[in-house]
Amino acid sequence: MKLQPVIGLEIHVELKTKTGMFCGCSADHFGKAPNTNTCPVCLGLPGALPVPNHQAIDWAIMIGLALDCRVNLESSFDRKHYFYPDLPKGYQISQYDDPFCQAGKLSLASGKIIRINRVHLEEDTAKMQHQVIDGQKMTLVDFNRSGVPLVEIVTEPDIASGEEAKEFLKKLRDIIRSLGVSDCDMEKGSMRLEPNISWSESPEKLNNYKVEIKNLNSFRFAQQGIDFELKRQKELLDQGKTPVQETRGYNPQKRATFSQRVKETSADYRYFPDPDIPPIVLTREYVENLRTKLPQLPEALANEMVNKFHLSLSTAQLLSKDQLKLAYFNQYKNQVEPLELANLIVNKKIDLDQPPPTKAASRAVDLNIIDQVLKENADAVAKYRTGKTSVIGFLVGQVMRLTGGKVDPKQVQDKLLKALQVRNLQG
Amino acid sequence: MKVNVLHLAKLVNMPLKPGESEKLQAGFDSTLKAVDELKKLPTAKTKSTFQVTKLQNVWREDIPQPERGFTQKQALSQAKKTYQGYFLVPRVIDDEA
Repeated sequence: MKLQPVIGLEIHVELKTKTGMFCGCSADHFGKAPNTNTCPVCLGLPGALPVPNHQAIDWAIMIGLALDCRVNLESSFDRKHYFYPDLPKGYQISQYDDPFCQAGKLSLASGKIIRINRVHLEEDTAKMQHQVIDGQKMTLVDFNRSGVPLVEIVTEPDIASGEEAKEFLKKLRDIIRSLGVSDCDMEKGSMRLEPNISWSESPEKLNNYKVEIKNLNSFRFAQQGIDFELKRQKELLDQGKTPVQETRGYNPQKRATFSQRVKETSADYRYFPDPDIPPIVLTREYVENLRTKLPQLPEALANEMVNKFHLSLSTAQLLSKDQLKLAYFNQYKNQVEPLELANLIVNKKIDLDQPPPTKAASRAVDLNIIDQVLKENADAVAKYRTGKTSVIGFLVGQVMRLTGGKVDPKQVQDKLLKALQVRNLQG
Repeated sequence: MKVNVLHLAKLVNMPLKPGESEKLQAGFDSTLKAVDELKKLPTAKTKSTFQVTKLQNVWREDIPQPERGFTQKQALSQAKKTYQGYFLVPRVIDDEA
């Protein structure tokens, strides 16, 4: 029996709504004095009534749509019971049987498809710090984060290496950021990664154990942690041992995972629908309306920029996933030659708080004029195709004429050559 | 139906004194017996539900409600132990820290 690395990912993303998932406390909890952002609902006081945040529901569904998921028109919130100090109620409000979104997919550059099992919505928990106080091992609990809307994305175990996991995670982050629904800032904990790892016969035929890694706060650590874990497990398996099913932490200094024994938890969650929260019932039209709000996703946008502005793929990819840079590019792309502007932005030779330098602006070549000249001079283009490359001089002259000579002829020539090449490829 | 009291006590982290589990077992048994009365009702044609209000889509818009919030002092006022603005509890995890 040949075993292969089988990796699934659980990703938690904090939404940047103004308020909590079920209460009107601020969702912006980072860096605030402890326990200064709470109310009866997020402290789980008896009798407090949770009311779902409409914006959070819309955004969770938009994430699902961007990941090609099916949206369940009827969904509900469930209580997931476990006894732990980060949960004052003794349960977390989450989704079990009827999550908002299921059965999506995201493809890697290789064309490999990573299936998405589900996208659901839940409440974040309190933040804990483990310290020794007066010689005793204690845990400090801060409920500011408790109740912040949290989207959980679960993949099928289709990932085969640390590198694939890293690529998937980066792509997922870029998509979610482009939706404008989360900062996905791992240092601040607004994106958290939990891979589960085993050596199995196949993603369909899993081994009788799996190991989950927690506390990974960068994509690089995720990749390293997964690779370390695969190696560790392989060595045990080669000795005829089965790795223990457990949760492990990752120590970046040692580049190693370590066993994290958790007391007093149990997988016996006893899920049941939260009777305090009536079901969410949506119409097909409602979901389709949310779909129209999706922006062009980074991958499609990058391809479009390559075709339209002749950017290199790597430049286009960098621009398409960075909302600030992209906004700057879109603001000035009609005033400055887009390729030059893109390169200035990507090479960080431009201050995004200032308009682009006028030198660049004056030399801008309007791609529409290039297109116009190529269209109006079809014979010259045909001649160029048959090998008479000297006609390029004539075409440059036409562009100079139409622009009143205000552009750099060298750049015009480059543009023309590039446009002719693209047309060649497309033709 | 029978409740496994010891398992349940473990899940909710409730230490039981000698004799308590028997007492609780009897309590659960009589409660469940009362609930069993419901089995006498004709429910073959009734759909299962988890709510009786028939409400749906009870949600709120994303508007802050600071007037419902607690000060730190209020938030901590019911706590057994606190430390510098935090709730303080015994360590529940064994890590390398």
